[in-house]
Amino acid sequence: MSDILVSEQSKPGADGSGRPSGRLLEVEDLRVEFRTRDGVAKVINGVTYHVDAGETLAVLGESGSGKSVTAQTVMGILDTPPGFVTGGQVRFHGKDMLTMSAEERRRIRGEGIAMIFQDALSALNPVFTVGFQIAEQFRIRRGLSRADAKKRAIEMLDQVKIPNAKGRFSNYPHQFSGGMRQRAMIAMSLALDPEVLIADEPTTALDVTVQAQIMDLLAELQRERQMGLILITHDLGVVADVADRIAVMYAGRIVEEANVYDLYAKPAHPYTMGLIDSIPRMDERGQQLRTIKGLPPNLMNIPPGCPFNPRCPMAQPVCQEKLPPLLQIGADRASACHFAEDLVNRD
Amino acid sequence: MTENILEVRDLVKHYPVTRGVVFKKTIGHVKAVDGVSLELRAGETLGVVGESGCGKSTLARVLMNLERPTAGSVNYKGQDISKLSGGALRRLRRQIQLVMQDPYTSLNPRMTVGDLIGEPFEIHPEVAPKGSRREKVKELLDLVGLNPEHINRYPHQFSGGQRQRIGIARALALRPEIIVCDEPVSALDVSIQAQVMNLLEKLQAEFGLSYVFIAHDLSVVRHLSDRVAVMYLGKIVEIGTEDEIYERPTHPYTQALLSAVPVPDPTLRDQKAIIRLTGDVPSPISPPSGCRFRTRCWKAQDVCAEQVPLLEIRSGSDHPSACHFAEKREIVASHEA
Repeated sequence: MSDILVSEQSKPGADGSGRPSGRLLEVEDLRVEFRTRDGVAKVINGVTYHVDAGETLAVLGESGSGKSVTAQTVMGILDTPPGFVTGGQVRFHGKDMLTMSAEERRRIRGEGIAMIFQDALSALNPVFTVGFQIAEQFRIRRGLSRADAKKRAIEMLDQVKIPNAKGRFSNYPHQFSGGMRQRAMIAMSLALDPEVLIADEPTTALDVTVQAQIMDLLAELQRERQMGLILITHDLGVVADVADRIAVMYAGRIVEEANVYDLYAKPAHPYTMGLIDSIPRMDERGQQLRTIKGLPPNLMNIPPGCPFNPRCPMAQPVCQEKLPPLLQIGADRASACHFAEDLVNRD
Repeated sequence: MTENILEVRDLVKHYPVTRGVVFKKTIGHVKAVDGVSLELRAGETLGVVGESGCGKSTLARVLMNLERPTAGSVNYKGQDISKLSGGALRRLRRQIQLVMQDPYTSLNPRMTVGDLIGEPFEIHPEVAPKGSRREKVKELLDLVGLNPEHINRYPHQFSGGQRQRIGIARALALRPEIIVCDEPVSALDVSIQAQVMNLLEKLQAEFGLSYVFIAHDLSVVRHLSDRVAVMYLGKIVEIGTEDEIYERPTHPYTQALLSAVPVPDPTLRDQKAIIRLTGDVPSPISPPSGCRFRTRCWKAQDVCAEQVPLLEIRSGSDHPSACHFAEKREIVASHEA
């Protein structure tokens, strides 16, 4: 790496040595609201997380928890209106993306940060061939000739293990099966060799056997390229298999962050505990499933204090009054519960 | 052994594939369900699992007589329901009800909850005379854990989990003996999914219902089912008790399917030997000859292409398995609780 680059912009070394002070991607105290006819929905209320090279951060949450909106804000594809960023920063190599020009931001998209979506059929353009959509990036961003771009696109299809990549180049998205389409989208997102990949529910629409194939592929590509991977999902099973760290979201906040082993062994937030208890496990035949009572809050009217308090089995009077901040407990974990210490220290 | 309340014999449902507009020509058939036999016992839950396109939803529609089978029979207490029509069919429909997957599209947005749940009484007035209907609907709402005061609300005023409860209340209205649940919880969030699953269990215990529980989520099916049938490309490849299927699967497809399910426990990450299936499910228009799974199977031999393996008990299997080489294999994630 030459010394032309300012130190804060230098890439973190893939070998782990000489890691620069700055993180690869950081989201800090992000706030987003949706202004609609019916009122203002506070969708993101101070989200902070980061991901480094070669690391997998899983963002876990149920529908409406704000996990996808956070990702859309990071990518700069939030629909405005109705969505408005009302505070916070999204730093890539230390530089705030929310304040940079549209031109600068466009340069980061694809090369710096890329994203894959849940529904590959609607994410791909149905009137262009899959090959064209991948090759297009090489032509526009890399200035390659038509023939060279095609060659590179076929290489990409090959890398994501699409059989007969050459023949598949000129197929349209509808000619691909669900799993193949997801592979094609991965090929497209990785074409410009991004440093961070955001995968928003990449396997939710797929069958288990295909899901296993796609998760394998993602893990392999991440290892090879030392990408930072943000995996957005609601599936606690998938997370347990691939994540390094997990951030659990509820009502637009991170309520717990921990490494994957700690989180499953000893959740430090009652919501995480409830989630883990309410999934049926295939390797155990349980009796009654424990459930989290009630419903997630209406984002136009989030309850005062801890947003989880109306559903929390451990709620105390303080929970209705004071919003618990996300506080560090122990070495590398944090929880936004007034009683986090008690939860972690229980036997 | 309890009596069989529903017996399905050699059920076949083919959909024609046509070409041309004026001179329509049938060029093939989608073999959605292709020779399925099973029985449902009184008071039990029979799980049906399989990936998309394996025919499990078509099976549900044929069981409900929403579609006439191409061949085969569905016997309810000795009566072949696929041959019934008119009044006889209407009377029978009281006994078999359906809960659908998508609580957003399966409820008419212009009808109030009271009308939605009360509608079955219009068709079967003998169950509830006109005057008592609102009371009945309120009872049903209470039964499924909704506030009876909300009888005049519209579906959009409810969350997904609550809508699914409305769907369940509607299915219960006529006090059926059998409820066919087609992916009833797959559209719901985990915390809500558990609530609905517990509700289904509670109702079964209370009314002695028999469930046919169709789902792609193997963990959900295990949690609720007494017996499980695994489907692949329109056929049942293995059927047995919940324990036989999950602890001692003998069909390679079942084994692969089970091994691919992610277990929510990171400490098991490296202990799991996952069988990776390659490729996708073949087209049901022209399924492979012989065993339909052979194109993705690691055990496939010549015989698999020539002979269709029957669903029967073999030397390597203590329950019916449709594989020439059925045998146990240590694959499922370790079992310490």
